[in-house]
Amino acid sequence: MPQPSPYIAKASSTRLSFRVLICCKRVLANHKKLLAMQPAISVSNLSKTYASGFTALKSIDLEIKHGEIFALLGPNGAGKTTLISIICGIVNPSSGTVLAEGHDIVKDYRAARSRIGLVPQELTTDAFETVWATVSFSRGLFGKPANPAHVEKVLKDLSLWDKKDNKIITLSGGMKRRVMIAKALSHEPQILFLDEPTAGVDVELRRDMWEVVRRLRETGVTIILTTHYIEEAEQMADRVGVISHGEIILVEEKAELMRKLGRKQLTLQLQNPLETLPPELASQGLELAEGGHELVYTYDTQGERTGITGLLKDLNDAGIRFRDLQTKQSSLEEIFVNLVRKQR
Amino acid sequence: MNFYAIRAIYLFEMARTWRTLLQSIVSPVISTSLYFVVFGAAIGSRISEINGVSYGAFIVPGLIMLSLLTQSISNASFGIYFPKFVGTIYELLSAPVSYLEIVVAYVGAAATKSTLLGLIILATASLFVPLHIEHPVWMVAFLLLTAITFSLFGFIIGIWAGNFEQLQLVPLLVVTPLTFLGGAFYSIDMLPPLWQKVSLFNPVVYLVSGFRWSFFGISDVNIGISLGMTLVFLAICLVTIWWIFRTGWRIKA
Repeated sequence: MPQPSPYIAKASSTRLSFRVLICCKRVLANHKKLLAMQPAISVSNLSKTYASGFTALKSIDLEIKHGEIFALLGPNGAGKTTLISIICGIVNPSSGTVLAEGHDIVKDYRAARSRIGLVPQELTTDAFETVWATVSFSRGLFGKPANPAHVEKVLKDLSLWDKKDNKIITLSGGMKRRVMIAKALSHEPQILFLDEPTAGVDVELRRDMWEVVRRLRETGVTIILTTHYIEEAEQMADRVGVISHGEIILVEEKAELMRKLGRKQLTLQLQNPLETLPPELASQGLELAEGGHELVYTYDTQGERTGITGLLKDLNDAGIRFRDLQTKQSSLEEIFVNLVRKQR
Repeated sequence: MNFYAIRAIYLFEMARTWRTLLQSIVSPVISTSLYFVVFGAAIGSRISEINGVSYGAFIVPGLIMLSLLTQSISNASFGIYFPKFVGTIYELLSAPVSYLEIVVAYVGAAATKSTLLGLIILATASLFVPLHIEHPVWMVAFLLLTAITFSLFGFIIGIWAGNFEQLQLVPLLVVTPLTFLGGAFYSIDMLPPLWQKVSLFNPVVYLVSGFRWSFFGISDVNIGISLGMTLVFLAICLVTIWWIFRTGWRIKA
């Protein structure tokens, strides 16, 4: 029997190992893709009816992507805090499932909860503990071995370092809020919930806080926040969800939402006030304002044509002259108020 | 098992003990010393020996039990009630800890505190009366068993209580009377036959009797029954706690 050439054998084994390598690379790439595809939080069919009979959530479905800042907006009593409380394990769901990083929050609560940090709305702290002790306590509670270096970093990031030996009772409200954030970050969570983090917080602290949130996002932490200051959501969020009467009525990229639902208004300040609109202009979505001193034109930014050129030409033809003009885009707040009003 | 969490809660609770040292340890010691002065020295000298034990020494196990019961209950009930009251319980509920771990940590800390207290009172007592402990191992066993059982009981009260009044209600209206009527200051043999029978429904009788046996080798009821009844009460507490956590009663919406 002819012996196979040792060279051929070697060549084929090299080829094989090369193939294995490529294969491994693919598996790894797929794994990464899968991780990126798997949502940070996946809520399906979640309902909550309290013992009092009040239905706080009606069959909610929601996915929150990895590493995004998601703003959950809604009027008081809409179900924001209930939703967050269920995800974090404080309230039992009536039905439905929630996965955090792929872990069921009920069956696999240890894995799910150890990845989540929560800053609740209420300022509740252990008044007689020191800042350092309470933050270290939180880390232990979440199953992490002591790590003074990490606690130090968290406290420094939140400008709490010089207060570390102070009892919490001696701190101001804003400082207590920072302590609560520090507690939530003590165990290095991958998902952070901020429930109204800036309620009752002064401008400077608010700015600091958003700086911390931005830095966290850069490290890959997924952030879910609720806020009443909609301009904050407008500044910070990647995506916005609107909840009203226990239902998610909209989830959208913020930029897309602004584009879709945002309307623009062109205001023309007239040289001579008009008493009525000339009939040839009446059909163009124009309104007289400020006692006839202004013409307001509302148009849709999504439309192929805004109609501005035509409008200006028609105005010129009608002999209407104007001193100044300005355009204004509706803010997220206006969009939000309109949406919620429609729901009622 | 989340040992870091157990350790964190346990140390947190113990830190509370040291912080409130005066209230936690010193005041029960003072009040017990007053009992010794009044019942042991002042009144006790006029009471004859009971089963060959001087009255001053006779009340030592009962007094330790009295403190052990009330302190175990108040430590454990306050430990879990307070986070509920101020709202910090959110953190406990959102943490990756099992109910078993929560109970072990809270009850462990409360029992540690009351056991320490029991030993301190024992040491204080030995300054007033000559003491001899017949069965030291059993003495420690009864001490620990009672501390754990009543810390569990206190934990249940802390979860049940909706306000501070309710928190005080059970210790005040149930535990203190049961302890005073449980033979802390007398042997139930001294009672009329009817009340002897009634006393047998009082669980504290078994605790005091067993504990006294470990000191002097004398008891009101059989030592086996004492131990059995204590274990039964322990089992009832454990089942109740298991049910509380399974249903989230008074903790979770």
